[in-house]
Amino acid sequence: MTTAVADAHEAHDDHGPAKGIKRWLFTTNHKDIGTMYLIFSLTMLFVGGAMAMVIRSELAQPGLQFVHPEFFNQMTTMHALIMVFGAVMPAFVGLANWMIPLMIGAPDMALPRMNNWSFWILPVAFGMLGSTLLMPGGAPAGGWTMYPPLVLQTGDAFPFLVFSVHLMGLSSIMGAINVIVTIMNMRTPSMSLIKMPIFVWTWLITAYLLIAVMPVLAGAVTMLLTDQFFGTSFFLAAGGGDPVMFQHIFWFFGHPEVYIMILPAFGVVSEIIPTFSRKPLFGHDSMVYAAASIAFLSFIVWAHHMFTVGMPLTGQMFFMFATMLIAVPTGVKVFNWVATMWKGAMTFETPMLFSLGFVFLFTIGGFSGLMLAIAPADVQYHDTYFVVAHFHYVLVPGSVFAIMAGAYYWLPKWTGHMYNETAGKIHFWTSTIFVNLTFFPMHFLGLAGMPRRIPDYSTQFADFNFMASIGAFGFGLSQLIFVYVLLTSKKGEKATAEVWDKPYGLEWTVPSPAPYHTFDEAPEMPVRSVH
Amino acid sequence: MIRKSLLSALGLLFASSAFAEWELNMPRGVTELSAETYELHMIVLWVCVWIGIFVFGAMIWSLIFHRKAAGHKPAQFSHSTVAEIVWTIIPVVILLAMAIPAAKTMIELEDTRNPDLTIVATAYQWKWHYKYQDEGLEFYSSLARPSLEARRLDSEKSPWEVENYLLEVDRPVVVPVGAKVRLLLTSNDVVHAWWVPELAIKKDAVPGIVNETWFRAEQVGTYRGQCAELCGKDHGYMPIVVEVVEPDAFQAWVDSRNESDVSVATAN
Repeated sequence: MTTAVADAHEAHDDHGPAKGIKRWLFTTNHKDIGTMYLIFSLTMLFVGGAMAMVIRSELAQPGLQFVHPEFFNQMTTMHALIMVFGAVMPAFVGLANWMIPLMIGAPDMALPRMNNWSFWILPVAFGMLGSTLLMPGGAPAGGWTMYPPLVLQTGDAFPFLVFSVHLMGLSSIMGAINVIVTIMNMRTPSMSLIKMPIFVWTWLITAYLLIAVMPVLAGAVTMLLTDQFFGTSFFLAAGGGDPVMFQHIFWFFGHPEVYIMILPAFGVVSEIIPTFSRKPLFGHDSMVYAAASIAFLSFIVWAHHMFTVGMPLTGQMFFMFATMLIAVPTGVKVFNWVATMWKGAMTFETPMLFSLGFVFLFTIGGFSGLMLAIAPADVQYHDTYFVVAHFHYVLVPGSVFAIMAGAYYWLPKWTGHMYNETAGKIHFWTSTIFVNLTFFPMHFLGLAGMPRRIPDYSTQFADFNFMASIGAFGFGLSQLIFVYVLLTSKKGEKATAEVWDKPYGLEWTVPSPAPYHTFDEAPEMPVRSVH
Repeated sequence: MIRKSLLSALGLLFASSAFAEWELNMPRGVTELSAETYELHMIVLWVCVWIGIFVFGAMIWSLIFHRKAAGHKPAQFSHSTVAEIVWTIIPVVILLAMAIPAAKTMIELEDTRNPDLTIVATAYQWKWHYKYQDEGLEFYSSLARPSLEARRLDSEKSPWEVENYLLEVDRPVVVPVGAKVRLLLTSNDVVHAWWVPELAIKKDAVPGIVNETWFRAEQVGTYRGQCAELCGKDHGYMPIVVEVVEPDAFQAWVDSRNESDVSVATAN
């Protein structure tokens, strides 16, 4: 839409970004805020990753070599909180900020000042959470699931844990409101809901999930807070409370939360695979319905995290069957991706490689998820390394690979230059090899009987743990290649507006780099070009 | 097969380690239910493997033959109602086929009626207390001394020198072979979980709640497990050992425990 851009330059209220630090502190521009979210997320990835390195160093051999069990538990707890709330979720919010307005032809997010606020809450929340490492009693060590009564044994860090979770929830809810309002009100008039790109669709659904469940988490941790400081007994058996009730409330949040972290990933790869297959996405509408079904089912499966907690038989049956059902819409998605590639004309640039890695390895995580759904077998799998393998497969080569894919895919649109393709490909291959070396052996460890969240283990688990540690260090180092790609991202050749070979979508109608202000006037839907 | 070669390379590094003891799969266990659980696990594993072969096969085929570099011209189709109905219905059928045996096993797992022996296990940070309800005997069970010495951060004793490192207790649970043992679980402080893989039971020990589960061991032997729910700093150090013995030996053990002074039971 060259006309839209030309108009933008002539518009009387057009101004570039403010100078210096003020640009970032006070910005209401969706592109600036998107960039900040993405940089924040990458920083948190390295912070949480450093904690993972502590964990894997300690677990490389049996016996304790580096840290005490207390500190080990702090590391596992903080690693999870930082990766879930600090790395994965903000990365998707960053992609949403950058791309949703560009994809739906909107000039900005609907609520730009709130957008600024929802970002700037995050550094405060994580500063607060990180500061607990220096407090008497250390950081939270009761697991990111914060099960009472154990979490109430946290030292001075406890109220800071609760308040930082409140802040993260606040930020997420505001981000979600912004996404919904933007999508509902600011689409270009020719774009009906069902015609929206899949990334926009999955984010719309994700935003509803966020609004539905973040308050539930906030409520749960507030009850922990009053149990600790104000004499209530929501979860304390001695006062007539029920520790298991916390688990129900937590997982009522927690299960939709895992889809919050995967639905936008589905969206990203659903954008990328058609571009590099040179074919329209197969089953666009069924992708939307599948995502909506997954979102609905996510609310009625929470207790599959609790098959060993002592539930009535009928309860277990219900949660087992409901959980198994999720395999159906998820399968539809995977089949649709394969069908999109089928009879295409594929090329394998870095975004496509990461998307293909995603489809393969996320599916492996999906398979172990199906196994975990079988309640009697879950009795054996539960709280073992099999579970650790499962959720890392869906989160690392799942969500994180999709984020990487999206970053490579849209990077030329953001910077105006092609990134270093060779470095990108090396990044992909090293990540893929090492992520499997890290997490595949964990399936065996779990099946052989190694519980999760232990700092030390019996000697028969030594070899697979050593492999996993080697893999983890390799994976961590591989991410430095990504930093190199980012640092050199403006050195490559100039990117065209389309960047790739005839991609479809409004974001490819604006120049690269995308001007500070885009779509001052509502654009027409582009015509799909035939290869 | 990068993984395999890496595996063997790492194996060479650890030539001294217990390489032969590598376990890749869930144990079949020593109870009827553990065998059923194992079968369920294998069924769903093979279902996943076959779906994987089919899906990944189609994908790899496409990656090889539908490349631009191979000169393939892209088709422009974007839906097929028949295909979409087929790949919705087939998974539903597979899931139903798996749900039936799973439900059957689950019903058996929850049937704690008519036990031959009832043991109350109470979890503490970080040890177990066992009380044999009808035999009138009780004791604490904690990590055995050799493991305790080797587990410290600055320990001079290597875990490799300790037999059953972290999986040995001072006083194991003893049960007769072939008897239906009902386990009542609760906790004195935080949530723990009682897990012995060979018996295929894992149940949380929750303060204020008494959970039930059961097993009937069909082979004499020693079976080891661990606490399976994060319970604080020594979560990794509260193992469970179950000795399954002949009924005579069990009776002899009960008698000897009752003869020896009660102080053993309460010394902890």
